[in-house]
Amino acid sequence: MFPKPIEKTSRTWQITYQTLLPLALVVWLLPLLAVAMFSIKSSADFATGNYWGMPTSFELFNNYGKVFFESKMPQYMLNSFLITVPTVVGAVALSSMTGFALGIYKFKSNLWIFFMFIAGNFVPFQILMVPVRDLTIGLGMYDTKLGLVLFHIAFQTGFCTLFMRNFIRALPFELIEAARVEGIREWQIFWYIVLPLMKPALAALSVLIFTFIWNDYFWAVVLTQGPSAQPVTAGITSFNSQFVAQYHLMSAGSIVAALPPVAMFFLMQKHFIAGLTLGAVK
Amino acid sequence: MTSLTAGSTTPRKKGWYARNEIKVTPWLFLLPGILFFAVYVIAPIFQSFWISFHEWDGLGEKTYIGLANYERLATDRKFEVSFWNNLKWLFLYLLAIPLGLFIALLLNQKVWGIRLCKSLFFFPFVISQVVVGLVFSWFYLPREGLLNAVLVTFGMEPVNILGQPSTATYGIIAAGLWPQTAYCMILYLTGLNAVDPEQVEAARLDGAKGYKMLWYVILPQLRPATFIAFVVTIIGALRSFDLISVMTNGGPFGSTRVLSFFMYEESFSEFGFRMGYGAAIAVVLFLLMLCFIGYFLWSMFQDEKEGR
Repeated sequence: MFPKPIEKTSRTWQITYQTLLPLALVVWLLPLLAVAMFSIKSSADFATGNYWGMPTSFELFNNYGKVFFESKMPQYMLNSFLITVPTVVGAVALSSMTGFALGIYKFKSNLWIFFMFIAGNFVPFQILMVPVRDLTIGLGMYDTKLGLVLFHIAFQTGFCTLFMRNFIRALPFELIEAARVEGIREWQIFWYIVLPLMKPALAALSVLIFTFIWNDYFWAVVLTQGPSAQPVTAGITSFNSQFVAQYHLMSAGSIVAALPPVAMFFLMQKHFIAGLTLGAVK
Repeated sequence: MTSLTAGSTTPRKKGWYARNEIKVTPWLFLLPGILFFAVYVIAPIFQSFWISFHEWDGLGEKTYIGLANYERLATDRKFEVSFWNNLKWLFLYLLAIPLGLFIALLLNQKVWGIRLCKSLFFFPFVISQVVVGLVFSWFYLPREGLLNAVLVTFGMEPVNILGQPSTATYGIIAAGLWPQTAYCMILYLTGLNAVDPEQVEAARLDGAKGYKMLWYVILPQLRPATFIAFVVTIIGALRSFDLISVMTNGGPFGSTRVLSFFMYEESFSEFGFRMGYGAAIAVVLFLLMLCFIGYFLWSMFQDEKEGR
């Protein structure tokens, strides 16, 4: 193990470490703690300049109540869900198929197609912006959730294929050979043998894509406009102009907007990290 | 054996698909994915190149103007500023890698509560960049912000980081480094977990310790983690858009623009959409990124060859 395990060091160093650790954590999360603090304060505190002292009154329910009942925030949140969930399903479905094809079969253009997916996944969004916006308008899907979902599915297929293909490649190939000897059809190999073994990959990928799509901002502002289709990342700008300079409400709004992926991360931590660090260890 | 005899007794019943199953199946499985990807990702790249040779407001007819958009870029002050800012982003963003390694080394212990500690250190990465941008812009506020509150308690002058052209870009990059460092940290934590303990013990017996141990024994074993950290950091640096849009909207005086933001701004310019000019900027950004993409793909290709 590196660095040296703390149990094997001197007593003083152990105590220093144990006290420094929570301190470091507080410093690291300071900007976030500040926002959490803002979100439970009253407007009176801001008016009197009491930014960092103790809150004079505890306004958690009031502030968050306003976010939920006096703004379009619930609508934006719903939009985000209706964009994110279908994207996750679509991208994972498409890529488990492409991953299967590229991971199991040997054919000439295999590696080329695989590299096309990887390369596309690295491309800057701006090179796609004008044509994709044009295409979406042409399909009559500008400012709809479907327009956004279709693009997201297509783009995420790149990363998901990389992930799935590498996962499937690590499966024991003898399984597939044995199935073929038994005369099992190829699509049945996919459905009954490979797919059940892919469960950890499916879980990891779903959490990752959920977070990526929920947090997308660029495509939300390029392909949508109004509260009927905008996800929360884009909607928060209009939320903030509704409550301009009311930091207690803007803070509460941001916390609400950030919450779903955070919850997802803490609930599915193992899968999330397994997905994110794929390839970090050989 | 059964399939052999079955095949020889009823040769006509086997259709074209059954005979070519292994050849055809991968293409059937690839078809939907490739179709989507081609329409929404591959084709638009070429279309953008094409559009960049035109003047176009996004609605009417495109007018072919050859290289005029690129000639205009060469003399555009805004382009120059954006390009230099992109380079600043690239270099400073790479700090996330050593910082992430440092935090990972700090946290790679087995004490009580360390698991929760790791999650909380990682946690900024999960938050959307929009929220990170808002959080930091409030953190930097000249009057209400916590940063100045801290500076003043230590007897220092308050600063208006995002209000001054000389510091604004650095303020945004610092905000971006926060989640990016968390990402690099988690990559290194996973990597450290897999470091071969026998090699470490052997090196320790040979008297290696401290940074020598890190440099000669640990880092070589962390190479895959470093590679991925490098890839995601470069891509992240060149994709920076959300933070700039949320924190300064390109200001003050256009000093925080980067190519991705500049492209968006010109395409949806208030003086009429300039999609052609925007596409030209996107092409430059794409070519810049292509240098790195080429290198990444080449490295991955070397790994693939070894894997066989």
